[in-house]
Amino acid sequence: MKIDPIKNGIVIDHIEAGKGMEVYNILNLSELDCMIALIKNVPSKKTGKKDIIKIDASVALDLDVLGYIAPEATVNFIENGALVKKSKVALPETVKNVIKCKNPRCITSVEQGIDQVFKLVDKENRVYRCIYCESKAKD
Amino acid sequence: MRNLLSITDFSVEEVNEVLETAADIIVHPEAYSEKCKNKILATLFFEPSTRTRLSFESAMLSLGGKTLGFSDANSSSSSKGESVADTIRVVSCYSDIIAMRHPKEGAPLVASFVSDVPIINAGDGGHNHPTQTLTDLLTIKTEMGRLDNLTVGFCGDLKFGRTVHSLIQALSRMKGIKIVLISPDELKIPDYVKSDVMDKNGMDYVETRSLEEAMPSLDVLYMTRVQQERFFNEDDYLRLRDSYILTLDKLSTAKKEMCVLHPLPRVNEIAVDVDSDPRACYFKQVRNGRYVRMALIMKLLGIK
Repeated sequence: MKIDPIKNGIVIDHIEAGKGMEVYNILNLSELDCMIALIKNVPSKKTGKKDIIKIDASVALDLDVLGYIAPEATVNFIENGALVKKSKVALPETVKNVIKCKNPRCITSVEQGIDQVFKLVDKENRVYRCIYCESKAKD
Repeated sequence: MRNLLSITDFSVEEVNEVLETAADIIVHPEAYSEKCKNKILATLFFEPSTRTRLSFESAMLSLGGKTLGFSDANSSSSSKGESVADTIRVVSCYSDIIAMRHPKEGAPLVASFVSDVPIINAGDGGHNHPTQTLTDLLTIKTEMGRLDNLTVGFCGDLKFGRTVHSLIQALSRMKGIKIVLISPDELKIPDYVKSDVMDKNGMDYVETRSLEEAMPSLDVLYMTRVQQERFFNEDDYLRLRDSYILTLDKLSTAKKEMCVLHPLPRVNEIAVDVDSDPRACYFKQVRNGRYVRMALIMKLLGIK
């Protein structure tokens, strides 16, 4: 299968195989008007398989959210058909309104209008805790 | 503006400052009787806790201040569906400092985001209760003369006891603390307290099921209640219940200068005849709760 190279836009590469759709949804890519390709199970030398998302426009992406969902991904910024910047995403220190606290005793379960915020407490083991009740984020 | 939502909001130096002020209040209460004149403490108890609320109110009245508030959610607008944030926005217009208890964990943090006045967490569900921890620390300090180089035993329900977790967290910042965790397997301390607090801070700790074995080594014994509802079956409860009841007989092997603490209320986990033993400090703890809250109110209001 072949997808044409993009001239101006973003390629999110090295997404763990099977996670592409989740990344697509969490970044709200369905709301963009430009061409977008989500390619699943692309052969990869490193990991065997990977997912790739190509966005045919230079848009602002929430790299923190991407870092939480797909910390192994790389983001390639393309201008006039050339790679101008390559970023490796990292685990964000905090994530807002991406994870929902599942602790029924947490204030977020009843209070209207507050952000669901999780903080990185253990980088090595990728542990996030709710800033309100300190419950661990569950996958 | 400062708040106290968790004991770790204060540095070790700030905790010591509060404890030192509290110790001075014990000796010279009259010198503090007008420190908070014309100041108002709001006690917002979205769930009832007579003991803690009275302790806060007594503390503010002893400082010459005034109090207002409610003692359960039914007498507040939250029963009409008002959010915590809105309640706090309103009450912070009427008061200089707020002490709040709420059944939901993290409610005081939400309050701190919108409040114009300092927030004190007076207990948020099973999460934090930092003024109890300050009370425990003051009691250990006044009874033992120090907060370092101590062997502290925690006995009973170590799984659900927030006071245990908070005190271990506070002690993890002191030097030379050895923790002895005495509980049935069903009520052992959660793994996250071990990994995130004790292991992370390199604390020395041991786990045992036997209170008798641990007793001779302890400088402080922190008792908690073993509740029947925590067990899967009644047989296990009945089998284990008596192992975690402190009696004069069990105290016979303890150090003479040990002190016994309990966050109260007590049901049957400390036999009544232990009350007259000089090592029983749980009622002194209650008294200390008032003094430590006086010191805390002054600190958060910036009053020297």
